[in-house]
Amino acid sequence: MSEASVPAVHHGPPTSFIRKHVFSVDHKVIGKQYYALALVAVVTGMVLSWIMRIHLVWPTAPIPGLGWLSKAGAPGGVVTPEYYLSLMTMHGTLMVFFVLTNAPFAAFGNYFLPIQIGAEDMAFPRFNMMSFWITFIAFCILIAAFFVPDGPPLAGWTAYAPLSAIGKDAGPGEGLGQTLWALSIFVFCIASLLGALNFIATTLDLRTKGMTLARMPIVSWAWFITSCIALLAFAVLLPACLLLVLDRVAGTSFFIPSGLNVSDHLQPHQGGSPLLWQHLFWFFGHPEVYIAILPAIGIVSHILINSMRKPMLSHKTIIYCMMGIGFLSYMVWGHHMFLSGMNPFSALVFSFPTLIITIPATIMTLIWLGSLYGSNLRINAASLFCLGFISMFVSGGVSGFFLAQPSIDIYLHATYFVVGHFHMVMGVAAIFGIFAGTYFWFPKMTGRMMNETLGRWHFWLTFIGTYCIFMPFHYLGLAGNVRRYSAFTDDYLVPLLPVHRFITYAALFTGAAQLIFIFNLLYSHAKGAIAPANPWEATSLEWSTPSSPPPFDNFGGKHPVVYHDPYQYGVKSSTGDYLMQTSPERAGETP
Amino acid sequence: MGGKIFAVIVILIALASAVPIITHTFLGASVTPPEDISTHGFEIDKQLDETMVEAGLAFLAAQLVLGFFVWQFGGRKDAPLKNFPGGAKYLILAALLLVGAEAIALGAVGSKAWAKVYFQPASADALPIQVQAGQFAFYFRYAGPDGKFGAIHPDKIDEGNSNFFGLDPENDVAARDDIQSGEFVIPVNKEIHLMMHAKDVGHSFYVRELRLQQDFVPGLDLSLHFTATKVGKYEILCTQLCGLGHYNMRAYLNVMTQDDFNNWLKAQSN
Repeated sequence: MSEASVPAVHHGPPTSFIRKHVFSVDHKVIGKQYYALALVAVVTGMVLSWIMRIHLVWPTAPIPGLGWLSKAGAPGGVVTPEYYLSLMTMHGTLMVFFVLTNAPFAAFGNYFLPIQIGAEDMAFPRFNMMSFWITFIAFCILIAAFFVPDGPPLAGWTAYAPLSAIGKDAGPGEGLGQTLWALSIFVFCIASLLGALNFIATTLDLRTKGMTLARMPIVSWAWFITSCIALLAFAVLLPACLLLVLDRVAGTSFFIPSGLNVSDHLQPHQGGSPLLWQHLFWFFGHPEVYIAILPAIGIVSHILINSMRKPMLSHKTIIYCMMGIGFLSYMVWGHHMFLSGMNPFSALVFSFPTLIITIPATIMTLIWLGSLYGSNLRINAASLFCLGFISMFVSGGVSGFFLAQPSIDIYLHATYFVVGHFHMVMGVAAIFGIFAGTYFWFPKMTGRMMNETLGRWHFWLTFIGTYCIFMPFHYLGLAGNVRRYSAFTDDYLVPLLPVHRFITYAALFTGAAQLIFIFNLLYSHAKGAIAPANPWEATSLEWSTPSSPPPFDNFGGKHPVVYHDPYQYGVKSSTGDYLMQTSPERAGETP
Repeated sequence: MGGKIFAVIVILIALASAVPIITHTFLGASVTPPEDISTHGFEIDKQLDETMVEAGLAFLAAQLVLGFFVWQFGGRKDAPLKNFPGGAKYLILAALLLVGAEAIALGAVGSKAWAKVYFQPASADALPIQVQAGQFAFYFRYAGPDGKFGAIHPDKIDEGNSNFFGLDPENDVAARDDIQSGEFVIPVNKEIHLMMHAKDVGHSFYVRELRLQQDFVPGLDLSLHFTATKVGKYEILCTQLCGLGHYNMRAYLNVMTQDDFNNWLKAQSN
């Protein structure tokens, strides 16, 4: 590796325990903190989904310990209808904000974006520390909502007004818990905006010598594009949440119209619009889907190229597709609102870009598939999760084609078809990206390898399990099974219970399989085999640091110099079939 | 080895996923939309079927190709690398043309069904019926012999005395003969003009057999129009999260012959 002899004095190495591990300004520590927070959130969210699934098929079965957690919500451990909705609301909020936004974007992005572009830290390390700790405060506020007297919020992760805005009159779960929810998301938005600004400034300003934008790895591009999307999306959700808090505590009427009679009380509001909340929320909410999935697309592409030992057919096309998706993501929010009572002409206007967004998604899929052709594909836990990602991305993508059409949405809206669709494409696919990233980068983050056998078993069980959970959701939706019901007592829903039972078994099984991952993570962290410097024979800068994990300034006081495009695989060089970005050597003949 | 296992699993999953779609049943439960009883629903069903074929083929093709390529190239070592014939160019072109054409076609054709429900106003002789959604019940109102609906006063709503809509019969002549019902009774083969409003929070009106779904938005007066073509009883479900009793918020749509409907209406007036 060759280095420019520029002395690096961004910030000194930390000296105390607290500055090193708690209030650290080191992007690598912050990345791990985000990862740990996401892990806590995903375990919590998954346990909530277990309770929901068990309640749906065995409504009277007491769940051990639940009665202790909430005497009112689950007397004797049996979930009440309102507590079911609370579990659902908290599940969605935790997963979307604290897992799908935090892990692939904030955690991996924080850790690897600066290293991949040859910087020694983020542009604003203190802002970075603030971002994490503000996110942590948001998490604590949300969890606190579990324990308030009126019960946790139950208006769903979308918190549609006026149910979410009126207050206690609207029933249980609409007291302090809902206010805490809005406050938590408000605080989360502040942290995400700071984070997005930091990512953008870092990418534009701190690239090392020779690291042109075109030479940035695909995943760094994904984080950069995602931060641009996040900057515009969270900037809209932030004031929306503020207005919601004001409606709740200050008696304003942004989202509440006049003449509402709730629980026999005429509400003292006038002039507000419930549709305003929906527009503001989904203007954020749809780009949020891409905030979750674009980093996963980047991670998967980055790892796949390495595993295939040859460049993508055109990795720049994938970057252009990500930009196209990011751009289009701001024109499609209305497809969540086809049946909301907005002007029906606008449904057709929103439908068109939604269908068009399939084009960049299809191009990406075809490029992944086409690139697999003729490759020397290495099969390991990381690459298996990448392949699983492609499969899930396709499955979740084609169901989007149904929902993009307003006429079909008349039948399928608010059914389990929608639940199956977004869990596959936004939930499971993004989580597969996180898993792939974990298996791939664990050696860099800890200096140790993860256990490969356990990793593969984790993949097989998770891949089969998630299909068993989420594919039948589509069948339920086609039968008209409505979502967000705490019990299926309607005449036509009762015969569908065997399908629900199957899904519950699959969810318990797949959830249990995640214990393999958690065990692998903890065990390998302590006792895994010592990782070689470049275990995957990869080309990008994160594998050229002097140690694993890298020193506090990443490159040991030197600035790396970049000579190549990011993916010099399938070449002849002194290192084998690849050439690192930092190698001044010229590649031999390419096949 | 791992590559071959992956290939087999992904191909099996793809084929198994298609079985319930083809057989319309999964674990003994029917997983197909129920028989359509509306005059507009066939357009939606046609659109759904066409999309199912196109999306289904795309799904199967992508998964099978993924499985096939991983079977063939997974675990290969030091074999000569090959590029996909034609490179990225043809793939991009295929995606642009195929998906682009499909998107435009489905978008254009699909808007016909949407237009039928939303762009044409109800005809002048459609039977006007009002529906009010509130936590956690639907109420329906018929204009009575005078053909006029009385005005609504949210402050006068008194469910204990069956004044679900907040009518003021003492001062409002038009309200005196209004008929309120918890059941949605309509005559068969007669166009209905359904005028919707919410009493408290957001709700939604969903009848699978009618291929109809529409949100109630507090503060907005919305309307639907449709014609039911088959006598029978059908469930109306709320599909917009409205609070703890959401799962239990339902009513029945009772489609009757015109004579039965007239008799029912007469009985309600008395």
